[in-house]
Amino acid sequence: MKDSVLRETFRYTRRNRSAMFGLFLICFFIFIAVAAPLIAPHNPLVQNLKNNLQPGFWADKKTNFLGTDNFGRDILSRIIYGARISLTVGFIAVIIGVLLGMTAGVVAGFLGGWVDNVIMRIVDIMFSLPSILLAIVMVAILGRGLDKAMIAIGITYAPQIARIVRSQTIVVGNNEFIEAARAIGTPSLRIMVVHVLPNVLSILIVYGTLSIGSAILDAAALGFLGLGAQPPTPEWGAMLADGIHSITGGYWWVETFPGIAILLTVLGFNLLGDGLRDATDPRLRKKV
Amino acid sequence: MKYYIAKRAINIFLTIFAVSIIIFLLIRLAPGDPAITMAGEHASPEVLARMRAEWGLTKPLIVQYFIWLKHALRGDFGQSILTHQSVLVELVQRFPNTLELSIFAMIFATIIGVFAGIVSAVKRYSFFDYTSMIIALFGVSMPIFWLAIMLIMIFSIKLDLLPTGGRLSVMYSIKPLTHLYLLDSLLELNFPAFLNALKHLILPSIALGTIPMAFIARITRSSMLDVMNQDYIRTARSKGLNEKAVIMKHALRNALIPILTASGTEFAMLMGGAILTETIFSWPGLGTYIVQAVSARDYPAVQGSVIFIALVIALINLIVDIFYSYIDPRIHYK
Repeated sequence: MKDSVLRETFRYTRRNRSAMFGLFLICFFIFIAVAAPLIAPHNPLVQNLKNNLQPGFWADKKTNFLGTDNFGRDILSRIIYGARISLTVGFIAVIIGVLLGMTAGVVAGFLGGWVDNVIMRIVDIMFSLPSILLAIVMVAILGRGLDKAMIAIGITYAPQIARIVRSQTIVVGNNEFIEAARAIGTPSLRIMVVHVLPNVLSILIVYGTLSIGSAILDAAALGFLGLGAQPPTPEWGAMLADGIHSITGGYWWVETFPGIAILLTVLGFNLLGDGLRDATDPRLRKKV
Repeated sequence: MKYYIAKRAINIFLTIFAVSIIIFLLIRLAPGDPAITMAGEHASPEVLARMRAEWGLTKPLIVQYFIWLKHALRGDFGQSILTHQSVLVELVQRFPNTLELSIFAMIFATIIGVFAGIVSAVKRYSFFDYTSMIIALFGVSMPIFWLAIMLIMIFSIKLDLLPTGGRLSVMYSIKPLTHLYLLDSLLELNFPAFLNALKHLILPSIALGTIPMAFIARITRSSMLDVMNQDYIRTARSKGLNEKAVIMKHALRNALIPILTASGTEFAMLMGGAILTETIFSWPGLGTYIVQAVSARDYPAVQGSVIFIALVIALINLIVDIFYSYIDPRIHYK
């Protein structure tokens, strides 16, 4: 069942041109992230104050293609290295969220009763606050830094995933093969891991993909507020915070390019995520 | 209806109660001496001793919580470490600022979003449809703080049309009555101040309203498309109604509920976006307050603002739900 659902989803998604464009964008940024040391023209951390706030290709300057920032660092190289950070944060935060949300959702949906009640009330409470606020508060308590930002964002994504997994678990739990497993005395934990989990996997992939985009946005927001990545780390959000004072001098490139990098990456995940969601929704399939 | 509101009010009370427990525990379990976290790193030993006595910091955690709750129920969320003001007083003072910005952002988002959604649905697969849906997609993929910076760069710095931040230029003054500057300036018939306040609102509202606008446009489009395929639309057309009446009277009214749901949720969630928008536009609202509090590890302020924002969001959601039953007579609450 698992294989066929996944395979079918991918088959439909492949026909969706915008989803494929999203996938292309994601692959492009993953390539940049992996190959950063090979393709970055300069060291992203080396300052050159004599060469600060220089324009790039539009002023026929080839050495710093996208110009330099207020410390004279090469913006293109910082964006290239920043891809490593943003993608890592996005993936790890979502993995944390999926692990927490999946465990909570499967346990709540499968065991039901008071366990379900307690878990879902906690989920409701977390839903009563905007996720960025939750993440900010979490960072206030855990302390600032990229690692803590990842954990904070991961925790804020868990409730949404828990809700989805719970409802899927309830659907799966009504199947006869679960009843059969129970009848032959399989322990609950084993049923959850071996029988329930594989069946909620496809929905987790879809929501995971959709969440990576927002996780990258949230990480950039925390970096921008000075709560995530700390200087001189070339994180995209922190780069925007670093350069904010240069806009009054008309040095537009310092703020423009890191934002475009965030936009394109998140767009990639949103396009692919939308495509995957459409493919899993039988009502929408015909329209693709 | 009364029963429903009472039930929801109890629910809200329980949620806020739970939020307060969680935020209390999180802050108390953070590493370090709670007296220092509450009074600040540079507090004198006397202040720390007074703090420990007043908030019972040497007592068990549960007793500490009830001491805190007793204070909170009296409206005492403690004193901000940063400003030495009462947290609740500051929150109440700043709330109208955020409210004004949010209302404006929502008006912008709803007007543009619903219009774009309707036109996209009616002229499906047209150039307008593709363009507006691409813009909507960019809207949800864009960091709003970046959009805010771009808006400032273009409209304030390059074109010098609108202010870069703040609520009012220094040469104007408005007697604060409701603390909603637009309303206050109108009440005292101070039109130059009204225009100035309006100018200060435009860029932050666009920045804050873009994500909700994108969502509302997408929901309106799909909701309208669903409705346009219904039999009663065909009936309306076949009885010879002109297309405008079919769209506005028959289709839009029925498509309104999902649009309202989306707008309501988005409005409540604007509080999240306000944190970033207000920081960039130096808007003296709840968002800047909480960012300052978090940056300075001002725990009483963090704790107070989280509970306050949770309460505001819960109330907005309640108002939206009550509003439904007026819009759609089919919805009855029991």
